[in-house]
Amino acid sequence: MKFKPLLLRSADIYQFFQRIFKQAFHAPSEWREVLKQCFAVGNRSFFLVTFTAFLAGVVFTRQSRPSLSSFGAESWLPSLVSQAVIRSLGPLITGLICAGKLGSNIGAELASMKVTEQIDAMEVSGSRPFSFLVVSRVTATTLMLPLLVVYADCVALLGSFITVNFINNTGFKLYFNTVASHITYLDIFSSLIKATFFGFAIGFISSYAGYNSDNGTTGVGKAANTAVVISMLFIFIIDLVMLQFINLFR
Amino acid sequence: MDTSADYLKKSSTAKMGNRPIVASLRHVKKSFGAMEVLRDISLDLHQNENLVILGRSGTGKSVLIKCMVGLIRADTGEINVLGCDVRSLTPDQLDELRLQIGFSFQGSALYDSMTVRQNLEFPLKRNKAIFKKKELEDLVINALKDVGLENTSDKMPSELSGGMKKRIGIARTLILKPKIMLYDEPTAGLDPITATEINELILSVREKYNTSSIIITHDISCARQTSDRIIALVNGLNKEESTFDELKQTKDPDLAPFFSY
Ligand SMILES: Nc1ncnc2c1ncn2[C@@H]1O[C@H](COP(=O)(O)OP(=O)(O)OP(=O)(O)O)[C@@H](O)[C@H]1O
Ligand SMILES: [Mg+2]
Repeated sequence: MKFKPLLLRSADIYQFFQRIFKQAFHAPSEWREVLKQCFAVGNRSFFLVTFTAFLAGVVFTRQSRPSLSSFGAESWLPSLVSQAVIRSLGPLITGLICAGKLGSNIGAELASMKVTEQIDAMEVSGSRPFSFLVVSRVTATTLMLPLLVVYADCVALLGSFITVNFINNTGFKLYFNTVASHITYLDIFSSLIKATFFGFAIGFISSYAGYNSDNGTTGVGKAANTAVVISMLFIFIIDLVMLQFINLFR
Repeated sequence: MDTSADYLKKSSTAKMGNRPIVASLRHVKKSFGAMEVLRDISLDLHQNENLVILGRSGTGKSVLIKCMVGLIRADTGEINVLGCDVRSLTPDQLDELRLQIGFSFQGSALYDSMTVRQNLEFPLKRNKAIFKKKELEDLVINALKDVGLENTSDKMPSELSGGMKKRIGIARTLILKPKIMLYDEPTAGLDPITATEINELILSVREKYNTSSIIITHDISCARQTSDRIIALVNGLNKEESTFDELKQTKDPDLAPFFSY
């Protein structure tokens, strides 16, 4: 990409960003649509998040157990699992699943509305499509991702507990007491902040890709693809940046 | 070749009597990159008039009316609609103006995730903050009656035929009681009988809502049935301006082929 187009694109992205913030505070009247989009976000990703988080809990536990027991440190398992899940595994899995599922959904949905001139139709009837379509979606993903992460954490820990219980009959209470005693407020708080950023990134990137897609049917595929790829990339980038940042407080 | 300014001088404005002008364009230009689409367009739309803009595919007819509602920014020129200078309005003022303009899209542009009823309710809820069930229902049913499709309100757009979609699209704009209607190729892709029905609808909308309309088309029978006056668009200039019967006699090599069907 040449320098000038890149510069123009950055200015365009910045403008999009500004517009979202301006309208998010100006138009709380969008709550109906936000609620609807929140439900859609939950609905679209619930099954996949449940499934992957559970499997991740099981697999991580089964893989860590042998190496821990070779040090005779099997009792550390709950604390290891809980920290891994809450600090990293839960948010990352949820982020990636949502980037794939929601990114493609939002990107394709907005792009096809753009291509078939539905967005123009809202515009010419004075219906403020930006706040209706974009602000509501970005707000919904930003609000819902933390919830989904908490849920994914619980499911992953449950998967881990079931595995442990299956192998050596550890009781529910004992297991979760150990888990709880090793989780700090900082862990929970930082994971929620991270999830909020994930949610905003997914909503923002996917909406931008869809709302500004090229005309034509190929534009729809391209927008969905861009939405997913760039969202996933940003999940990792945010993860890394947040890790550095949080380590300042540890 | 005459420029559009020359044409304005001998424009057939006199035929419209002294009806007030509701929209006027002066020397409007628009290019996309190196491609000049509108090179110099000037026209007037009179109160209660049906103005047909005739032109081949790709001559910038859609671009022209999109400039009039500010969907596309014209590069230079004056665009005055209902007393507002479109090019200098703030977004809020533009929204205000757009409420008085109905825009029927070439591809209907129905919101495909909503039912017909929700499509019609959408502009009411968003603009007029009308949320009362009874009031919405009355307005929706009335608008649907006007286009002759009362019993489609619970259908999804994907279940409708092309002609029905066009009608619903028109109903969705009528529901805001516009003063100006802009029809982008209302009959494109429809069979002659359905096309005639749409033409009649356009005429009845003018009767009932007292609108002034610009009808964009390359369909000569649509032009014949709906037009008071025709402007022919060739190479980004408004080339000829007259009534249908006058235009029919034209020897102009750019326009004559339209009539030799
Ligand atoms: N947003 C845009 N960006 C770049 N070029 C555009 C854009 N919109 C239209 N054009 C170009 O402008 C020209 C005129 O387009 P327009 O859609 O106005 O044609 P039209 O007269 O409506 O034709 P048709 O009868 O096929 O609808 C076309 O060559 C098109 O490629
Ligand atoms: Mg067109």
